[in-house]
Amino acid sequence: MVDALVVGAGPGGLAAAVALAECGLSVVVVDENPAPGGQIWRSSDGSVHHDARAWSGRARAAGVEFRQGCAVFDAPAVGDVRVVEGGSASRVRSRNVVLATGARELHLPFPGWTLPGVVGLGGLQALTKQGFPVRDRRVIVAGTGPLLLAVAAHVSAQGGRVVGVFEQASWHRVASFGLALAACPDKAFQGSALRLECADAPYRAGRWVVEAEGRERVERAIVTDGRRTESFPCDVLAVGYGLVPNGELARLLGCGLAADGSVPTDARCETVVPGVFAVGECAGVGGVDVALAEGTVAGLAIAGSPKLASAQRSRRKERGFARRLEVAFALRPELKKLPEAETIVCRCEDVRWRDLHVRSDWREAKLATRCGMGPCQGRVCGAALRFLAGYGPEDARPPLVPVPARCLAAFDTERAEGQE
Amino acid sequence: MVRTVRSCDVVVVGGGIVGAMVAWFAAREGLRVVLVEPNAPGAGATATGMGHLVVMDDSDAQFALTQLSLDLWSELLPELDAGCEWTSSGTLWVARDDEEMGLVPAKATFYRERGVKADVLSAREVADAEPNLAPMAGGLRVPGDRVVYPTNVAARLIGLAQSRYGLQRLDGRVVALDGTATLEDGSRIEAGWIVNAAGANANDLSPGLPIKPRKGHLVITDRYPEFLRHQVVELGYLKSAHAMEQESVAFNAQPRATGQILLGSSRQFAGDRAIDRAMLARMVRRALEYLPGFARLSCLRTWVGLRAATPDKLPMIGPAAPGSRVLLATGHEGLGITTSTATGRLIADLIVGRASPIDPAPYLPHRFAEVAHG
Ligand SMILES: Cc1cc2nc3c(=O)[nH]c(=O)nc-3n(C[C@H](O)[C@H](O)[C@H](O)COP(=O)(O)OP(=O)(O)OC[C@H]3O[C@@H](n4cnc5c(N)ncnc54)[C@H](O)[C@@H]3O)c2cc1C
Ligand SMILES: Cc1cc2nc3c(=O)[nH]c(=O)nc-3n(C[C@H](O)[C@H](O)[C@H](O)COP(=O)(O)OP(=O)(O)OC[C@H]3O[C@@H](n4cnc5c(N)ncnc54)[C@H](O)[C@@H]3O)c2cc1C
Repeated sequence: MVDALVVGAGPGGLAAAVALAECGLSVVVVDENPAPGGQIWRSSDGSVHHDARAWSGRARAAGVEFRQGCAVFDAPAVGDVRVVEGGSASRVRSRNVVLATGARELHLPFPGWTLPGVVGLGGLQALTKQGFPVRDRRVIVAGTGPLLLAVAAHVSAQGGRVVGVFEQASWHRVASFGLALAACPDKAFQGSALRLECADAPYRAGRWVVEAEGRERVERAIVTDGRRTESFPCDVLAVGYGLVPNGELARLLGCGLAADGSVPTDARCETVVPGVFAVGECAGVGGVDVALAEGTVAGLAIAGSPKLASAQRSRRKERGFARRLEVAFALRPELKKLPEAETIVCRCEDVRWRDLHVRSDWREAKLATRCGMGPCQGRVCGAALRFLAGYGPEDARPPLVPVPARCLAAFDTERAEGQE
Repeated sequence: MVRTVRSCDVVVVGGGIVGAMVAWFAAREGLRVVLVEPNAPGAGATATGMGHLVVMDDSDAQFALTQLSLDLWSELLPELDAGCEWTSSGTLWVARDDEEMGLVPAKATFYRERGVKADVLSAREVADAEPNLAPMAGGLRVPGDRVVYPTNVAARLIGLAQSRYGLQRLDGRVVALDGTATLEDGSRIEAGWIVNAAGANANDLSPGLPIKPRKGHLVITDRYPEFLRHQVVELGYLKSAHAMEQESVAFNAQPRATGQILLGSSRQFAGDRAIDRAMLARMVRRALEYLPGFARLSCLRTWVGLRAATPDKLPMIGPAAPGSRVLLATGHEGLGITTSTATGRLIADLIVGRASPIDPAPYLPHRFAEVAHG
């Protein structure tokens, strides 16, 4: 029995692990990726990102046990979290669980989005880190949020030609976010630095991609401002509409989710389930600084450390920033009209919008069309349909990730142990 | 306040597979039928079932009902579309040991004497038919059994009955049956006949029915075409289905039209839909004894369904009480997808006053009243 199990080795999970272990508590971190770092500190070409190395090094020095390539697939109770590692199941028993499961990108379906060459923003970032060539390719970056600029900067740094950056939020909103940035000097620096790096790329707000055209692969993006459409030739089109918290494990443990899909927490980052804490993106999309601040708060809160109060102050500041981000980059209603009748919405099961828009809820859509029944279990299309059609989230149940059948048969003595 | 009153010949309460079939068979007779269902068609127990259409030999009454049902399914197949995912893979009943194999010849004779094709398979033939099975003592193949995707069958038949035979579909919940059917908005439907096909909820409208929910787990895998060719069921299945003890599992694996494997089955008397992990584990372990290779197949999802069980394992089809105009069509336990067709037919026959192809007596609901009073 360890003091805490941390699920996710992104910034949130790493900060929690460090805080816990440096207070002398025993900690296990499980993460499904091969190396620590989460989304933002994703390792490229096998080497570990320097921030991830620094944080995980500090955690290891304090005695944290890392289990990478290890995913939680079931959690009947706080003290009984079941993980799959190399195809076999085992159980982690802990007094507390810190959920640092991060977020995934929201992909909205539009005509042509399944063409080769059309990718997600995070997808493009990850692909270039794995060696996907962008040098001298014409790249369009579209969707919403600060990630647009980060990805554009990353692409130009790799030698790609960013021919357009299209932000769906209006100039008005983006400008007010710029003002908010000015209120946080360190972030303003970050933002302008990003902008400088891709200064030659046209950044246009109030515009969004309505179609990707091309025969074998994407050749053009059709972009609109709601009145006029324009066509931009490109080789790669990266589109992402912000992030959706990964709340499945939280739901399975009995934490309800807020309307935006985040896990509600209190000032200690504790959820409504005693002993279950949530930090970083899964507790509300907010970026790496929120994740670091919250990881620290949760760790110190569990450890009962006197340093908690000051950590809580910096968390409040970071969350305030995150809220401004959310308002600035709220999705415009016109995006609900993106899919056309023949547009594929569920890529696992090839389900088209014409078969979906007539359904009244997620369950009916699933039962009638197999939408969300494939290997990704609605991780992608479920979030899109929540925005497009207002479907509620599904209940979470084991297995949270696909597992070999033997994992479902692994724990035979459960009843007996449950009665201890 | 003006309350809407409609009138028709038949009101069907519930749009699961049973209600859908009752509406289909009745509407085809030229009767004016209204079907009331608050949700999408087939979203109740029907959405959780395996969709195995199987002739069962556990009693003469069960056999007659399932055999008629399969004949009626064959006639229906041309009406079904691709979404109904029907396949004709047949059932392979497998014997683990010589003792179980000893039961096979009698079982084969029972089927054949009643006109159902059944082949006795040696150990070798079972291995050839299903290479992924552990060594078996032999088996019995019933090639006429089929598989469907039940939810879309219910939706399809309700849709066809609307367009072809003028079936009316009302979105709503019936709250009372007292000569008329009253909906939750206060509107009423007057009808010559009211059919309670509310599945496990039939009790809400016809109190005192001896139905108990019997929970079952299922697991679906990713796509593994060719892993299995038949629906494979252990010969001990009936023992499990009939065990009135609290909990049992039996090996029952089905290849879907999508190439996925659907695994059952478990039985326990419980009315909740939470995954019982110990039960699920027991069920999967049972499957691994028969299909060792199943251990590595990637499982995408698990779920629970509730069967509406009666004390004698037969459904209740017919008047709620002798002479009543409220007809019951419920209590189908683990066979309601299969027996929905015969249920629809028996109800339609009763309404139009025609003799049925099989004797309806064993399914009449008042058999339980007689037991109680006798
Ligand atoms: C696609 C994408 C691209 C992004 N790019 C940028 C960027 O360029 N700049 C920026 O500032 N921010 C970016 N972000 C946001 C950034 O990732 C977050 O702000 C930051 O990483 C938050 O850290 P976190 O710890 O909350 O989550 P994450 O970093 O997402 O870490 C969560 C970890 O938990 C693991 N996990 C989840 N569920 C389980 C489970 N059941 N079992 C085991 N492990 C599990 C995940 O695999 C992951 O490693 C991006 C986010 C996404 C989704
Ligand atoms: C795990 C499992 C596996 C199974 N496998 C098979 C199999 O392989 N083969 C097979 O033949 N059978 C199988 N079955 C059995 C089969 O699924 C059921 O017998 C069958 O679906 C019952 O159908 P139904 O229409 O009676 O019930 P339901 O599908 O539950 O339909 C009842 C409908 O009535 C509606 N309703 C309820 N109350 C009201 C009201 N007051 N007003 C209006 N409408 C109302 C509900 O919304 C519901 O849609 C299985 C069952 C389970 C649980």
